[in-house]
Amino acid sequence: MLALVSDFGQFCMLFAFCLSCYAIVASLVGGRLGNRRLVETAERSVMAVCGMVTLTVFSLWYQLLNDNFNLQYVAANSNRAMPWFYKFGALWGGQEGSLVFWCWILSLFSLTTVLMNLKKNRNLMPYVVGVISMVTTFFLLVNNFVANPFDMIGVIRPGSAVATPFTPMDGNGLSALLQYWAMVIHPPILYTGYVGFTIPFAFAIAALITRDLDEEWIRTTRRWMMVPWLFQGVGVLLGAKWAYVVLGWGGYWGWDPVENASLMPWLAATAFLHSVIMQERKGMMKVWNMVLILSTFLLCIFGTFLTRSGIVSSVHSFAQSPIGPYFSSFLFLMISLSAYLLLTRLDSLKSENRLDSVVSRESSFLFNNLILLASMFAILWGTIFPIITEYLQNEKRTVSAPFYNKVNIPIGLFLLFLTGVGPLLAWRKTSMQSLKRNFTMPTIAALMTGAVFFAFGMRHFYSMVCLILCVFVMATIVAEFHRGANARRRQGESYLQALWILTFRNTRRYGGYIVHVAMVFLFVGFAGAGFNRDVQKEMGPGESVEIGSYSLILEKVTNKDNPNYASAVAVMKVYQNGKLIDTLLPERRFYKAKEEPTTEVALRSSLKEDLYVVLSGFTPSTSRAVMHVFLNPLVAWIWIGGLVFMLGTVVCLTPDRHEKAMQKVAAPVEAEELAKA
Amino acid sequence: MDKRKVKFLAGSLIIVASIAWLGFSGFDESLAYYKTVDELKQMKDDAYDKRLRVAGNVVADSIVHSPGNVKFKLEQKGDVISVNYVGKDLLPDTFKDGAQAMAEGHLSRSGEFQASKIQAKCASKYEATYNVKQEKS
Repeated sequence: MLALVSDFGQFCMLFAFCLSCYAIVASLVGGRLGNRRLVETAERSVMAVCGMVTLTVFSLWYQLLNDNFNLQYVAANSNRAMPWFYKFGALWGGQEGSLVFWCWILSLFSLTTVLMNLKKNRNLMPYVVGVISMVTTFFLLVNNFVANPFDMIGVIRPGSAVATPFTPMDGNGLSALLQYWAMVIHPPILYTGYVGFTIPFAFAIAALITRDLDEEWIRTTRRWMMVPWLFQGVGVLLGAKWAYVVLGWGGYWGWDPVENASLMPWLAATAFLHSVIMQERKGMMKVWNMVLILSTFLLCIFGTFLTRSGIVSSVHSFAQSPIGPYFSSFLFLMISLSAYLLLTRLDSLKSENRLDSVVSRESSFLFNNLILLASMFAILWGTIFPIITEYLQNEKRTVSAPFYNKVNIPIGLFLLFLTGVGPLLAWRKTSMQSLKRNFTMPTIAALMTGAVFFAFGMRHFYSMVCLILCVFVMATIVAEFHRGANARRRQGESYLQALWILTFRNTRRYGGYIVHVAMVFLFVGFAGAGFNRDVQKEMGPGESVEIGSYSLILEKVTNKDNPNYASAVAVMKVYQNGKLIDTLLPERRFYKAKEEPTTEVALRSSLKEDLYVVLSGFTPSTSRAVMHVFLNPLVAWIWIGGLVFMLGTVVCLTPDRHEKAMQKVAAPVEAEELAKA
Repeated sequence: MDKRKVKFLAGSLIIVASIAWLGFSGFDESLAYYKTVDELKQMKDDAYDKRLRVAGNVVADSIVHSPGNVKFKLEQKGDVISVNYVGKDLLPDTFKDGAQAMAEGHLSRSGEFQASKIQAKCASKYEATYNVKQEKS
């Protein structure tokens, strides 16, 4: 039965590849000839591909859950002792499986796109389907012929020339670092982000091919951009949380190549979501927006190539693998296609307006984009620097966290500043009077905060600037909500009711503000890093270690054992002001299948600070426990920011009254003006 | 060119220039040469006075813990180097015999590598693949 299901999965995967090839040809030829029926067959192929890949994924899950160690992939990424949800998650725990999974999400996105556009965007759809199918075909090609998850283990027995199937007694198991709850949700969420950027890319290419570059496609694209942007953002933050809790070094971000790879497309997409407003309202920055959409997708593919080809080293180490050349060829093909189409269509992308004043909404968007992109390029440069130097000087040189921090902290602070200022500047030109009205109160609040911090002896420059800006931005946003709600209240609504209606009458604007609030929370969390403290101490039972206002006493070390891992647990009593407030249980595990030790951090988190305790090991000579205790202020705000970010983006995505109206009214600018009045 | 354009260009230039300046100054601070043990040996005298990251496999039974430091040997393609780790962080979980490790620091004149940071990963088991020959029964 197992072998049968495995063969079935293999077959579905191959069939999906054939169908997908057909979809490319049928949609492009159908689009070119204007043959509607041919295009429809391509769309049905896309649906069928989705069905086939779904069956492939289910077959592989079946293998994993039933421990078919005859499959190389299962043997390498799972074992009997693992709980079922990690076996389930092992689908994306290794190279081959995660590529199948990637393909599956892409096929689900494709299906949704096709279904949602059966009546809309008909002129674009042939090419949208064509581009999506190209990407799908590429992944299926890799999966079928280079990194096949259904490959079996064979043994050449003495006296025989051919290999016979061999099933090991047990598998290697998932890497111990991956055995954490986030494993079950972080990769799917992040992949949904990565993969989702394919759809706006496909729309952009289709619009370029057809020269149908009016408002309709950019509106569709904006929505399709926002969904993966949400997932990507949440995925990145979940990854940070994971690193924070599992790796046990007290931090959440290390500028690792894989982290960088996931952040870069998000930054490009963030830039797009801002500058697209310029295009919708003023018909400006059309070429720029096109470049942003295209590069967001290309960065996704590039990031995947970077992290999976083994070309840079990273904690996410996918092994050296043969898929590198395939990805670089595909990337090259996509870059050429994008560049060719963009350059031949420049005349259709002319700007309809020009910049009027430095103190205006337009220019704040421009600067916002400029520095988001600068940040992205700095990260890109640092990440590929080893590859460039190796190629040019035959000598690998690397940069590390200090470089990234030095560039990105000032950029981040400037962005934060713009977050407060930008939305309140008027289009075209802002009057002195409106500047005064909008910014007097926030500036006073910010300066007062600064004075208080300074009086309390705070001297960390960046953290202080950051917190002052946070107060400033928060004040501007609160004032915006307050002004709006007050205006409505005069019509007899209660304050909360007014806030609610206000937000859902203009979801783009107020959803945007909520996302800005999330950014403020994130930056509050980042600012905390300026005050991190840690101590490391060798301890026997009964001894204590002090940090901040806490005193921790090691009561004892106990041992546990189960089939998956053995572990040592330090029982730490936490005292504050002489009072027992908590018992923390930092742990060291030893996973048997992979013979891998891991650190389980014990965390006492509050809005003010995280007490983060690690049992780093035992001294070899005396067997005393080595405890590493961190006090990380304000970290919890980062995760709160993540939740608010989700909320704000969902609000943004909710269609509001004037967005519905916009779809009917020919001139969107007037409709928006109307709704604002 | 009209005045507004000049203003915008000037503003953008100032921003880009200051970011570039930050980048370059941060660059020097964290720039390091990435070498495997055999490549390091080939550098001979060039290897001194440079910030280096050296990668290799931890030689079995070479790890010696003492108070304040850990000594071990790294091997790559037959070349071996002694490493003296004096950093304050404990060694990572993945650091053990046979692991692929990277030491960051500098080469002292005695030929011993003084490391302030160690990274390691279990190359052999992290993403293991079954080799047909190894499974011969």
